[in-house]
Amino acid sequence: MSDIFPKWTNKLPAMVIVGGLVVGGVVTAGITYYMTPKYARVGYKPVQPVAFSHAIHADQLGMDCRYCHNGVEKSWYSNVPSASTCMNCHNQVLKDDPKLALVRESAATGKTIPWVQIHKTPDYVYFNHSVHVNRGVSCVHCHGQVNKMEEVRHSKSLGMAFCLDCHRNPAEKIRPNDQVFNLDWQAPEGFAKSGGAKLVKDWNVHPGESCSVCHR
Amino acid sequence: MRYFFVALFGFLLLALTVFGIAGRRGTDFRKPPLEIFDDMVRQAKLRPQVPNSFFSDGRSSQAYVVGTVAQRIGDQPNQAWQGTAQNTGLVPGTTNYVAAIPVPVTAALLERGRERYNISCVPCHGPVGDGNGITKKIGAMPVVASLLDKNAVTIPDGLVFHIIGQGKAPNMQGYASTIQINDRWAIVAYVRALQRARYATLEEVPAAERAMMK
Repeated sequence: MSDIFPKWTNKLPAMVIVGGLVVGGVVTAGITYYMTPKYARVGYKPVQPVAFSHAIHADQLGMDCRYCHNGVEKSWYSNVPSASTCMNCHNQVLKDDPKLALVRESAATGKTIPWVQIHKTPDYVYFNHSVHVNRGVSCVHCHGQVNKMEEVRHSKSLGMAFCLDCHRNPAEKIRPNDQVFNLDWQAPEGFAKSGGAKLVKDWNVHPGESCSVCHR
Repeated sequence: MRYFFVALFGFLLLALTVFGIAGRRGTDFRKPPLEIFDDMVRQAKLRPQVPNSFFSDGRSSQAYVVGTVAQRIGDQPNQAWQGTAQNTGLVPGTTNYVAAIPVPVTAALLERGRERYNISCVPCHGPVGDGNGITKKIGAMPVVASLLDKNAVTIPDGLVFHIIGQGKAPNMQGYASTIQINDRWAIVAYVRALQRARYATLEEVPAAERAMMK
């Protein structure tokens, strides 16, 4: 019989088990680590056609998010401002600066500025900006501290687990409505238990976890 | 047995190479994220403000056709095109500005006005309306009108409304596209409150709070 099964085959079961565990373990770990927006999207920082700095406008100059993203309270999406909004100030400020050539051209002719979209949920996700910002969910929760960013960087995963964290426990993240656009606001110690829970109750916040809350 | 360990070692080396190339989570990158099997993730449907080849100008969000007026905005009938005092700031049928705000001035309207003023007007006109906003402080705009000037105080409410929406030559552009009609009236009310506060006398302050002002 030794012709059919050489001696090393005695160790075959052990090899299959050990090899399977090592290969399977590494592959599983790799997929878990890489096949998620935490890897695929976080850190995305494309070069924009115009080097617009949120740090200068929102932090140094103290402008409100809604000066430019004026539709965010009424609309399911937060609009990119039209070039004419930029020209409210830049018709005087840096009015001949070559860095703003695209903006001036867009304002004059209506040609679009090819801004690169950074935060992009899948098309089967129906996220509504207005319901969130009108009920105490701040920009900073999903977009990070954009007011400190020279260039906008994708800083939160925006994956399904990320959404559910908050939907399962809204009191942890909710804040008073007048602080939604203040990205520097820090909840006072123990706010989630008292103030947060009260806001959830007063506003009757039921974020929902069923599929059709976000998918349809 | 030796081949087994060589194969296992090779595999681990491969895994390490993959890790070395793919890097860690959260490192900055410039190229668009890779999307595998994206048929459901990116569907052939219209999304706002993205390139779209269906329309000749290549964009998904279309401007109104010139000379047309939307009859509805969302689920609300659009009455902004009707020539009422509320929509134009003019006495209907004339070119005279209405003297007083044609909507009920309530505490809620003032509060809304304060919020909207702080969003759209503060960068130039400043938090109290004296024209000392951040744009002037950093020397970016040499001339910003003070809303507390005698002229600004005496013009009719309708003209303030008109200026918010249509701007004022030479420097201020209109905000009609970003501030809705009701919000413009709210801002008018709040600007009036700022002016009232600037020119108020001590006698106008409630007796209980007078000590605080001294």
